[in-house]
Amino acid sequence: MNKRTNQIIAFLFFKMLGFLVVGILIWILAFILYNGISVISWDFLSTAPSEGMTSGGIFPAIVGTLYLVIGSIAFAFPLGVMSAIYSSEYAGKGWIVKFIRIMTNNLASIPSIVFGLFGMALFVNTLEFGDSLIAGSLTLGLLVLPLVIRTTEEALKAIPTSMRTASLALGATKLQTISRIVLPMAFPNILTGLILSIGRVSGETAPILFTVAAYFLPKLPESVFDQVMALPYHLYVVATSGTDIEASRPIAYGTAVVLIAIILVMNILVNILRSYFTKKLKSN
Amino acid sequence: MKRFQKITERLIEAIFTVSGALTSIVILLIVVFLFKEGFGLFNSPSIESGYTLCVHANNNVEKLSVNEIKKIFDSEIENWKEVGGSDAMIQTFRFDEIFNLYTDTEFGNDYELLPQKLGEVIKNEPNIIAYLPQKYAPTGMKDVKILSTEKIKVTDFFGGSEWIPTATPAPLLGVLPLVLGTLLVSLFAILFALPLGLGVAIYLSELASERSRKIMKPTIELLAGIPSVVYGFFGLVVLVPLIQKTFHLPVGETALAGSIILAIMALPTIITVAEDAMRNTPSAMREASISLGASQWQTIYKVIIPYAMSGISAAVVLGIGRAVGETMAVLMVTGNAAVMPSSLFESVRTIPATIAAELGEAPAGGTHYQALFLLGCILFFITLLISITAELIAKNNINKGT
Repeated sequence: MNKRTNQIIAFLFFKMLGFLVVGILIWILAFILYNGISVISWDFLSTAPSEGMTSGGIFPAIVGTLYLVIGSIAFAFPLGVMSAIYSSEYAGKGWIVKFIRIMTNNLASIPSIVFGLFGMALFVNTLEFGDSLIAGSLTLGLLVLPLVIRTTEEALKAIPTSMRTASLALGATKLQTISRIVLPMAFPNILTGLILSIGRVSGETAPILFTVAAYFLPKLPESVFDQVMALPYHLYVVATSGTDIEASRPIAYGTAVVLIAIILVMNILVNILRSYFTKKLKSN
Repeated sequence: MKRFQKITERLIEAIFTVSGALTSIVILLIVVFLFKEGFGLFNSPSIESGYTLCVHANNNVEKLSVNEIKKIFDSEIENWKEVGGSDAMIQTFRFDEIFNLYTDTEFGNDYELLPQKLGEVIKNEPNIIAYLPQKYAPTGMKDVKILSTEKIKVTDFFGGSEWIPTATPAPLLGVLPLVLGTLLVSLFAILFALPLGLGVAIYLSELASERSRKIMKPTIELLAGIPSVVYGFFGLVVLVPLIQKTFHLPVGETALAGSIILAIMALPTIITVAEDAMRNTPSAMREASISLGASQWQTIYKVIIPYAMSGISAAVVLGIGRAVGETMAVLMVTGNAAVMPSSLFESVRTIPATIAAELGEAPAGGTHYQALFLLGCILFFITLLISITAELIAKNNINKGT
């Protein structure tokens, strides 16, 4: 009897905790969406800020973030995939793989502000790119590198060994096996890594503070050595500084909604791809 | 044809191999560059670069420490006796004051007479200490003595309890308030997040129906992806006013606000890792426990939790790692006062927030800039240590499983 009541109380408690935490999360999302959704309009998305950030839209910030995403992914994605191919297909099972994995984990655990410092020291100062799109993209690219490597490795690991041995037995070389059998099969799951990276890159603020982000820049960048505005940095400056914080609150809510929308869309895409991938593996 | 194919294959293999070493190379580069920029600090003079301190040649004080300089210019030390000189009141003199004593025309067209005038001022006032730009310092005159300044000391940096990098003439670069601020905010964040996260992990791995799992897991994963600046914004508009009202504080931007926001941000990490650890408990152990007459709850807290302990510890360590390095959210809600933290209801400043807030204003290569890079080094090593600890704990877990 006592045992049973204990159990009922404990389980009820855990259930409440579960709902509480999910409730908090939904509250945060709902709060921002509720306050910001009315700000979103075509004008808001397609015009530049005006009157000291108290009116106008966020178009340059959207374009800046888009450029940063393209730049960093173009750099990190191919490198990350190649790195993962090496450690899961070529490196065997010795200490090298262990070492690489530890290093990848360590890189993933380094705070984003340290990447910002590093990007400033290497790209902005030493290589003399200045505060520029290229410096920011490379910094963000390094930041998401571990994410790309990890997801790609997982994807490659999920392909059954029998596929590889069958291909090799038919006379294909190792490279042919990887490029025609393993990679196409793992592709949907590798894509999830790409999408997660896009989500991560579009939301990071600390690494771009000193490498690319501009407070206000109504014109769009013309070369990779120009500064850009970016959504997360825009939200930060609109929320914390400015001539009239109260008047710029709606802009801040709107920017937050756009950021959340990007993450939401990316997450949904990832979930669709994942279920597609599992189905495909099963049917094989 | 076949040979060509073989060569390409070798080439591509070589490219893969090089990319395999990529993460190690990046870490190496990060270490090299952070240290390159940061470690010059201990070779820099303790007063602002480009400036010197001059005294009268008859003054028998040769050297002053950073703290003494600060106290002299803050009028906390007023007599030369207190710093080892003769019994006389100290006269402080800042460069700007020269323009009150002479008119512009007296300095010559190109200020070429400025050093000479400064020299006269020092000559006429034996108890003076003058803080001057090196460029105009009257170096050649026999009545003027340049004080030799110390280099910034390692102990002052790591043991100093004041962080006032813009103070003149000597910036105070003590990292203790920042380190303690970071630890305070992170530890309380974990204290808030751990019971919640663990409870949710237990619920998700042992109790939840397949349907609630399917809803809750993606929600939690989504939360892990929300940018930190959005959390910071939420904290700023909701949490900060709430805390201010609830506890009747003059300002709501406190360590508490930072801890709560960090707790929310660390939750997804803790939940996911702890849940994985619990799910990995072999079903044989559960079944054995149940068949011995234990209830499901007894099985959870006497079998599953102890078994998953190292996984749970890894979750805690990873959660701390996330909290320690978090920048934007903390920057936005803690108020950023660089003082020794004394309670949760006061404003604090963490290491990442300091870097983010100050690097933009610190001139490249200066002492302030170098000090911020050293803070980056500290942060880097703290998180590296945390990551390795988590790795070791997790490895322990795997060994036990087999």
